[in-house]
Amino acid sequence: MYKKMIQLVNDFGIPRIIIISFLIVLLIMAFILKIPIAELLSASLVRLGMHGILVLAMVPAINSGIGLNFGLPLGIICGLIGVLISIEFNLRGFTALFTAILCAIPIAAIIGYGYGVLLNKVKGSEMTVGTYVGFSAVSIGCIGWLILPFRSPEAVWPIGGGLRVTISLVNRLDKVLNNFMAIRVGNLNIPTGTLVFLSLLAIIIWLFSRSKTGIAMRTVGDNPRFAVASGLNVNAYRVIGTILSTVLGAIGIIVYAQSFGFLQLYTAPMFMGFTSVAAILIGGATVKKASIIHVFIGTFLFQSILVVALPVANKIMVTGDLAEISRITISNGIILYALTQIKERA
Amino acid sequence: MIEQEYILQMKNIKKKFSENTVLKNINIAIKPGEIHALLGENGAGKSTLLNILFGMSVIHATGGYKGKIFIDGKERQIKSPMEAISLGIGMVHQEFMLIPGFSITENIKLNREITKNNVISKVLGERLKSLDFSVMDKQARQSLDALGMNIEEWTRIAGLPVGYMQFVEIAREIDKKNVKLLVFDEPTAVLTENEAANLLKTMKKIAESGIAILFVTHRLEEVMEVSENITVLRDGELVGTKKKANTNITELAEMMVGRKITRLTKRERATKGNIVLSIKNLDVMMPGETVRDVSIDIKEGEIFGIGGLGGQGKLGIANGVMGLYPGKGGIYFRGKRIPLNNPREVLKNKISFLSEDRRGIGLLLDTSLELNIAITAMQIKGKFLKKYGPFSQIDHKKIRDNCLKMIKELDIRCEAPTQIARRLSGGNQQKACIAKALTLEPDLLFISEPTRGIDVGAKKLVLETLVKLNEESGMTIVMTSSELAELRSICDRIAIINKGKIMGILKPEDSDVDYALMMSGEHSEAVKG
Repeated sequence: MYKKMIQLVNDFGIPRIIIISFLIVLLIMAFILKIPIAELLSASLVRLGMHGILVLAMVPAINSGIGLNFGLPLGIICGLIGVLISIEFNLRGFTALFTAILCAIPIAAIIGYGYGVLLNKVKGSEMTVGTYVGFSAVSIGCIGWLILPFRSPEAVWPIGGGLRVTISLVNRLDKVLNNFMAIRVGNLNIPTGTLVFLSLLAIIIWLFSRSKTGIAMRTVGDNPRFAVASGLNVNAYRVIGTILSTVLGAIGIIVYAQSFGFLQLYTAPMFMGFTSVAAILIGGATVKKASIIHVFIGTFLFQSILVVALPVANKIMVTGDLAEISRITISNGIILYALTQIKERA
Repeated sequence: MIEQEYILQMKNIKKKFSENTVLKNINIAIKPGEIHALLGENGAGKSTLLNILFGMSVIHATGGYKGKIFIDGKERQIKSPMEAISLGIGMVHQEFMLIPGFSITENIKLNREITKNNVISKVLGERLKSLDFSVMDKQARQSLDALGMNIEEWTRIAGLPVGYMQFVEIAREIDKKNVKLLVFDEPTAVLTENEAANLLKTMKKIAESGIAILFVTHRLEEVMEVSENITVLRDGELVGTKKKANTNITELAEMMVGRKITRLTKRERATKGNIVLSIKNLDVMMPGETVRDVSIDIKEGEIFGIGGLGGQGKLGIANGVMGLYPGKGGIYFRGKRIPLNNPREVLKNKISFLSEDRRGIGLLLDTSLELNIAITAMQIKGKFLKKYGPFSQIDHKKIRDNCLKMIKELDIRCEAPTQIARRLSGGNQQKACIAKALTLEPDLLFISEPTRGIDVGAKKLVLETLVKLNEESGMTIVMTSSELAELRSICDRIAIINKGKIMGILKPEDSDVDYALMMSGEHSEAVKG
């Protein structure tokens, strides 16, 4: 019985138990401090939809064997360009959203292809290289935002040159998905559209993982030597995984921006990869295996903690930086933990 | 007190790795100044015996050994290599344990440096003394001279020819003043003929100075040249100890490989005679198993064996044909040329391969048994898929049916088709690999080391399965194995590989002597089977 308990705990994962306990403590405190729970839950659901696709982007990367995609900012920048194009054409509502997505996908696919080829050349250190690719991409992006020929007055600085640091999306694609078929139960708001869109992408990824190509990709990620002996082109499937991940990153930031209501350029994407990495790890994924369910559990747990921590912290301490502190502590801590769990291939 | 005259005695040494007995009642005794050869095939137990003698941690971590070791007539329990060294046992390693950036002197004196005082050490103590290079050089010179080496002692190791490195290793050992017994572990394996001859001469010289030598090898000629006494091991058992004067190469060869061969098949030897696979001038760059200019014709419906000692290149042939390691040459399957270095094309031509590295290449350890069996056929032949225009989805029912069929046919013992491959026993993992290959419906099956790491009962089952496949569906099988007995029990013809080349092709009933000589590379007359 005791052994079974230990086994159960190990299967579930100690970090997840800690995170859940922390969340429960926060919830109890929120209850004691009379913070309305329904509002907290609404915020958690919004954030689940907001971050879900960025976290989902980790799944094809992990399954194709390139590990956690720390180079996610590459895809994010492609998504930002998509939104900027939709602003440039002065589009609004769903047209703006889908134009942004449709413009971002091919750009992300091309960039993802190049990134995939690069990762094939640095097998074994994909995560380290990916991190720096992400940082470099953000820096190059900064130059890009200054010189790209966008002219829309909403996007560029009124004097001087270049794009604004933060661009408001009000009346364009602000909350188009969040408000689509949104359900209101008392104080509880459910952003149906965003959650449906996330689920739709999750189903596509799930179906893909069960297709011939998807199985080949997972085989390559699981055991490249087995894959070679089965006549599979390891490098090609790793590139497919990288492209998928980058494209999902692009779509992810567009959905994020519509939920947030603002487009953040320049250094904002710098650490978004880390947040997504941390979320999927909290969900129970490892650097070798990840599934859709890890995305949902991880994103919900991670974002809920942040949502609950902020008002609780504000009530306890006046200087309310606890949410930010816990976000950084949890995301870096969980990444560190996951990296220590990597076992050398025997 | 008659035992005093021996430097080393090992009595009734026994060693088990869990349930697997690897050494049974081994006795060995060596006198000062004697060169004693320890002879045996790969896996005969030579290295385990040496590990015991050196107190390697692998022995103690697996439950220690039984039996007694006497050094200079005193019983000793050697618990660590440090202890072995302090007792005067030296080791010349097969892979050189030298630091490339250091000079010969520095390597010889490593950790035994001679020091002298300087200003700082007088104040701050022992550890800051400076090295006395002039004395160290002098002593290193003496050791090198004793070996007849006229290379400068301050030369760096990096860039030295392999033969010289071997001598530096020896110089280091004899430089230890208390050394009484030197162990040479297959010292000639990496040397050219000239260097090997030199080494043997040096061994004699060392022995004359009173140091005993334990010479571990499988090269019969060398044994006959230098050793006084020869102990032969086979399958962890002591076959016998002979004086050189009372034996000859033939007898030693028989002692080394001889065992009763039981044929598992009674059928006529493959008769059709059509050549199904023709390998022409194949070179394979597989690290540690390089193949050089191998040509073989494999006949329809036969079981063809490839044997030889480890590291000689036998494993490289199948890996090269399948394209897993870069190769050069020509491969013709039913007259059609098959591209090299392209596993997909090979698989498409109905040639399958079961790797010697079952857990590394053969299986996805954390994936279910049924998917393991199905994946390769799915990718190569598009089996087990439901098609929806350009899209596809896996067909779970077909995968399950196929798995259940294989479980029944091959008698795979598992809890369920969904059990992950890691949890299967070695024998069942091998059967899962066979099932994977059969699902591809191959005409020709390469299988490497089919029984490695499998317990004795399961070994026979795997071999019987191969015979059954061969007889019932006429599948041609090319089996590579380190275990000669296993090859001789089911193969029709057996090629022996030495130094990457085919030494000859033997019939299973050919004499042990032929096998032993070909394996040790001393007999290149091709016997046609």
